[in-house]
Amino acid sequence: MASRGLGRYIIIRGLLIIPMILILYTVVFFFLRVLPGNPVMAVVGAKNIPPEQLKALEHMAGLDKPYWVQYFDYLVKLLHGNFGVTLAFPMGKPVWEYIALRFPATLELTIWGFTFSVLFGLLTGVIGATRKGKPVDTGMRFYSIFVYTLFIPWFGMMLQYFFGVILHVLPTSGRIDPGLHLHTITGLYVLDSILTGNWDALVSSLRHIILPSLTLGIVLSGAYTRLVRNNMVDVLSQDFIRSYHARGVKGWKITWYALKNAFIPVITLMGLQFAILLGGAVLTETTFSWPGMGTFLMERIDYRDYTSIQGTVIFIAIFIGFISLIVDIIYALLDPRVKY
Amino acid sequence: MLVDVKNLSIYYFTLSGIVRAVENVSFHIDKGEWVTFVGESGSGKSTVAYGIINLVPSPGKITGGKVLFQGNDLTKLSPEELKNIRGKEISMVFQDPMTSLDPLRKVGDQIVEVMVEHGVDEKEALKRAKDLLKSVNIPEDRISYYPHQLSGGQRQRIIISMAMAFHPKLLIADEPTTALDVIVQDSIMDLIDKLKEEGTSIFFITHDISLAVERSDRIGIMYAGKLVEIGFVDQIIENPLHPYTQALFASTPDLWVDKKISAIPGFPPDLRAPPPGCRFHPRCSVFKNKEELKGVCDVEEPKMIEVENGHFVACHLYR
Repeated sequence: MASRGLGRYIIIRGLLIIPMILILYTVVFFFLRVLPGNPVMAVVGAKNIPPEQLKALEHMAGLDKPYWVQYFDYLVKLLHGNFGVTLAFPMGKPVWEYIALRFPATLELTIWGFTFSVLFGLLTGVIGATRKGKPVDTGMRFYSIFVYTLFIPWFGMMLQYFFGVILHVLPTSGRIDPGLHLHTITGLYVLDSILTGNWDALVSSLRHIILPSLTLGIVLSGAYTRLVRNNMVDVLSQDFIRSYHARGVKGWKITWYALKNAFIPVITLMGLQFAILLGGAVLTETTFSWPGMGTFLMERIDYRDYTSIQGTVIFIAIFIGFISLIVDIIYALLDPRVKY
Repeated sequence: MLVDVKNLSIYYFTLSGIVRAVENVSFHIDKGEWVTFVGESGSGKSTVAYGIINLVPSPGKITGGKVLFQGNDLTKLSPEELKNIRGKEISMVFQDPMTSLDPLRKVGDQIVEVMVEHGVDEKEALKRAKDLLKSVNIPEDRISYYPHQLSGGQRQRIIISMAMAFHPKLLIADEPTTALDVIVQDSIMDLIDKLKEEGTSIFFITHDISLAVERSDRIGIMYAGKLVEIGFVDQIIENPLHPYTQALFASTPDLWVDKKISAIPGFPPDLRAPPPGCRFHPRCSVFKNKEELKGVCDVEEPKMIEVENGHFVACHLYR
C-alpha cells in the first residue's frame, strides 16, 4: 500500500462528503416541506388560536419566508458549523445541544451492540465453518436464522423480564442510576466513568448497557454468522489452505489465516451496520428507554421540527461518511492487493 | 523402498452417492526415484497424491489400504505426527501457483513459517529463506513481496523453495506446471530434477505424457480410479500393454511423426457406479472385437500381473 496514494485517496474521499451532504440536505429539506403540517401547527395543536397570532409564530420561526430563502439561510448556518435552533417543544434551543446530549448515547449503544454482534457472529460462523456439515454447523445456521427473525422489542422485553423482573440482577431501562453523579467528558458513560475514576458510575453504566447491547448484538449477529460461515467454508476449500496443511502448519494457525481471508467481505457488512446503527436503533432505544438519536429523531419528525431533523440527519451523514472512509482504510491495511 | 502404497482405496462420500475415486491402488517409490502417474481428469491420480500425505479433501476418506513411509503407516498416524512429517519429510507442490499461497501474507513470512513450524528458530529461518530464494533464482528482495506482486512462474518457484527447505525424502508434485507456459514449465522441471539429484524421491502427477516420459524413472497409468499399468519408462513407451495405455498413446499428437490422432470412443465412467469387471471394458476396442473376452472383462476384475521385469498390468489379455 503506497502511503502517498492513500493520503490522496483520503483527501478525495473527504471532499466527496461535501456534495453528498448537499444532496442529502436538499432532499431532506424538500421532503419535510412536502409533509402536511409544520412546527407551529404542531405546537399549537388543535387549540383555537387567532390567525394573526399563528402568523406571528410562523414569522418568529422564519417559516413565512420563501422556501429558497429558508433553504439558503440554513445552508449558510451549516457552513458556519451552526445546526440552527429547534422550532418546536421547546422553541429556540440550539439543535447542537440535543445532538451533543443524544449522540453519545447512540454511539455508546452502537459500539457495544456492534461489538457483541461481531463477536457472536464471528464465533458462531467460525465454529460452523470448521465443522461443516456436522450437527454443530446446522445448529449455528439455525441460530443465525432464528436470531435474525427475532423482533427486537419482544426479545428485549424477554431479557428485561428474565434478568430484571425474575432475577433482579440487571436494570431494564436508562443509561445509569439516576442517583449517581457522573461528570461527562465524552458523553460515553462507561468511558467517562473510567476517565474520572468514578467506579460506582462504571459499574452502573456497565449494568445498564448490557441488556440493550445484548439485544441488539444477538439479533444483528445472525447476519454475520451466515456471512462468516459461508466465506470461511469458501476460503477453507481454497488451495492455499490445503498447502498450509501440506506444509505442516498448525491447525489453529490455519483457522486464523482463513478467518483473515474470510474477513474482507465481512468488513463491508460491518461498515454498513455500524453506519445504520449510528442513525439510532429506534426499536432498542424505545424498549430500553435509551435516550439516543433514534427516539429523538422520531419525536422531532412528529413535531415537524425542520431544523432539528435537518441538523440531525446531516450530522449523522457526516459521521457515516467518515466511518466508510475508515472502512476503506481498514481494507487497504488488511488486504495488500487493495490499492488507492 | 521409501514409499509403499498397498491396496489404497479412497472414496468421496457425496450427497449424490459414494464416488470410488481410487480403488485398490498399489505401487512403491524407491529412494531417489522419480515416479510419474499419468491419467485423464478424474482418473484419481491427484487423489492418490493427497492420499499419500493423508490430506484427502472432504468429503473424501481413505477407506482401505496402507501408505507405508519408511515403514510407518501414514494412514494410522495422529494429526500431530502427520504435521511433523508434512513439509519436512514429505513436501507437496500443487497445480495452481496463483492460489497456493496465502494472498494476505508476504511470501517470505510463508517460507519462514514452514521452517519455524518444524523447529528452526526465526533468525536462522530467515537466513535460510533468502538462500532458498537464491537457489530457485529469485532475487532476495522478493522476500517482502506479496504473492500478487509475483508472476505465476515465480510463485511456483517460491512454493518449490518451501518444499526444498528440509531436503525432503519425498516431493509430491501435483501437475505443478499445468498452469504455466512451456518455457517456465521447463525451469520448474529443472528445479524438481535438482531436488532429485540431491536424493529426494519424486512422485509426479501429470496428464502430459511427453512431460512424464522426459524425466521419470517409472510411469504409472491410471484410469477411472484404478492403476492399470506401471513400469519403467522404456517398457511403457516401447511396449505399452494395457489397451487403455495404447489408446492413450495413439491419441497423443507427435511433432515428428505424421500420424492420425485417434480418440478413445466414449467417456470415462461415473465412479459412483463403475462398470463391473475391468473399468475400461465398455470403451475397450480389444474387448469389442474378441468374442472370447465376453463374460471375462465385463465380469471379473483384472489383477495386477508382472509381464516383464518390473512391468505390471491389470488386464485379462495377459493372464
